[in-house]
Amino acid sequence: MIGPLPMDPLLVTKGLTRRFGGLKAVDGVDFTLMPGEIRAVIGPNGAGKTTFVSMVCGRVLPSAGMILFDGGDITDMPPHSRVRQGIAYTFQITSVFPNLSVYDNVALPVQRTLTDGRSRGAIHTGVLTALEKVGLADRAAMQAGQLAYGHQRLLEVAMGLALKPRLLILDEPTQGLSDAEIEDFVRLVRTVAEDATVLLIEHNMPLVMQLADRITVFDAGRVLAEGTPEQIRSDAAVQAAYLGTGAGEAA
Amino acid sequence: MSGDDRSAKVYALHLAVLAVLFALNFVLPAYYHGLMARIMVLAVFAMGYNVLFGYAGLLSLGHAMFFAAGMYGTGLTIVHFGFSVPLAFVSGIACGAVLAFVIGLLALRTSGVAFMIVTMMFAQVFALSLIYFAGWTGGDQGLVIPQPARILNLGAAFDLTDPTVRYMAALALFAAALFATLALVRSRHGRVLVAIRENEERTKMLGYDTFANKLAAVTASGTISAAAGAAFALLFGYVGANFAGVQYSILPLLWVLLGGAATTLGPLLGTLVMYVVTDTASSFTSAWLLIVGVVLILLVLFFPKGILGTLRARWLGWLP
Repeated sequence: MIGPLPMDPLLVTKGLTRRFGGLKAVDGVDFTLMPGEIRAVIGPNGAGKTTFVSMVCGRVLPSAGMILFDGGDITDMPPHSRVRQGIAYTFQITSVFPNLSVYDNVALPVQRTLTDGRSRGAIHTGVLTALEKVGLADRAAMQAGQLAYGHQRLLEVAMGLALKPRLLILDEPTQGLSDAEIEDFVRLVRTVAEDATVLLIEHNMPLVMQLADRITVFDAGRVLAEGTPEQIRSDAAVQAAYLGTGAGEAA
Repeated sequence: MSGDDRSAKVYALHLAVLAVLFALNFVLPAYYHGLMARIMVLAVFAMGYNVLFGYAGLLSLGHAMFFAAGMYGTGLTIVHFGFSVPLAFVSGIACGAVLAFVIGLLALRTSGVAFMIVTMMFAQVFALSLIYFAGWTGGDQGLVIPQPARILNLGAAFDLTDPTVRYMAALALFAAALFATLALVRSRHGRVLVAIRENEERTKMLGYDTFANKLAAVTASGTISAAAGAAFALLFGYVGANFAGVQYSILPLLWVLLGGAATTLGPLLGTLVMYVVTDTASSFTSAWLLIVGVVLILLVLFFPKGILGTLRARWLGWLP
């Protein structure tokens, strides 16, 4: 980065490292995310993307390095406290509660954010708002496990949204979605980004190019490149490592 | 969701069950009258177990220690300190609550099979301690609480050895525990417990401190179980180390599985059916345990969700 930053960063990692045995899944990553950004993290399979965001949300503890969220050190904070600080994570493998109703799935994060509201009314309103955002309001009474796969992904996002996060981490959210569903999803992420910062792991290159403000490219546990979609598209190292020569069809 | 409609149905059903139990007081022959009082108290034990096992999904094999903590907390304070009935009852419950909280702190560091084993080991330590400190506890002989100590003075004197008073006291405890668990499972905390049972990792990532929630569940579960133990001591006048044995840790699991885990009325139904089967079988054969075993195997094979769990899955989706 050149010149003074206009705002304080929302998320900073310094020398973040995670070893699994002899393998360095994430190797000394310095990363800065500004508030309001939509940031995509891309890279080949095994590049350490999921391990990296798992350390940010606390599911995996780092072997070395530190994580700052909104200026505070959260490196050793348990995951549930990070969620309370405003970091929400949606799972790569769809992880809704299949035996609970769609309504209850969203009621769980909603009631978490209500500090005052013991009232069922406040929960009810919050649940319906979150479900309407993703277009699942008419399916509230269904069991989550009976939803179509694309709808389960949307429910997963609704659960993340219901936490009213400051940082929403989406781990491969469009995997398995149809083209029409992906279009809806892009609109949804744009709406979310009005209130929250979005960190997106994604393989779908056209989507990333369209949606992201900036892109970080991981390779073998390190940051290979970072920049705007145009910069990344024209970066020779990225093309060699990931995009292949020419168009992006990596997935 | 027609929430109000559903609530009305739920409360109507629970009140109807209580009304039937109340009416049974006047029609049951003496033997079954006494048995029913015992079943209601043990059903409270099962309801306590159900909070942890059914809703939070934690399988404990040590709940006899909570039941016995209530029982001995009541019995010993009467015999040694001359506590009155209400005070002894409260101290029994308090013993169970404190024990459950401490055991929860330690045992919840494990999960799954390890949790089963750790709770079972703690219960064994508890049971063996009862026998070791025989000077206080009466060892494996136990203690009989004399009839004069079992009179409850609330303005009027209620003799808990009188069958009708005993039945009504058991019913009152049962009703209190029933509505307490109903309120718990319909609360936000209940929803979190079910979420932990279904997917603990995901629940954490929704911002819940799952350890604290599980600890609360262990404590609530142990406290309800202890209330049953305390009532058992008062109503049946006997405190014995066999109630702390592993058998009494497994029985509430069977009652809950039979009636339906994670249903509010399942524990009562399971306890009742198990007693009826045991009673019927033992009236015509000495190999009654064999029959009970066969019934349980059939149950697990064909109704793995228990009686009410199966009804709920097939027809009555609104059952809490």
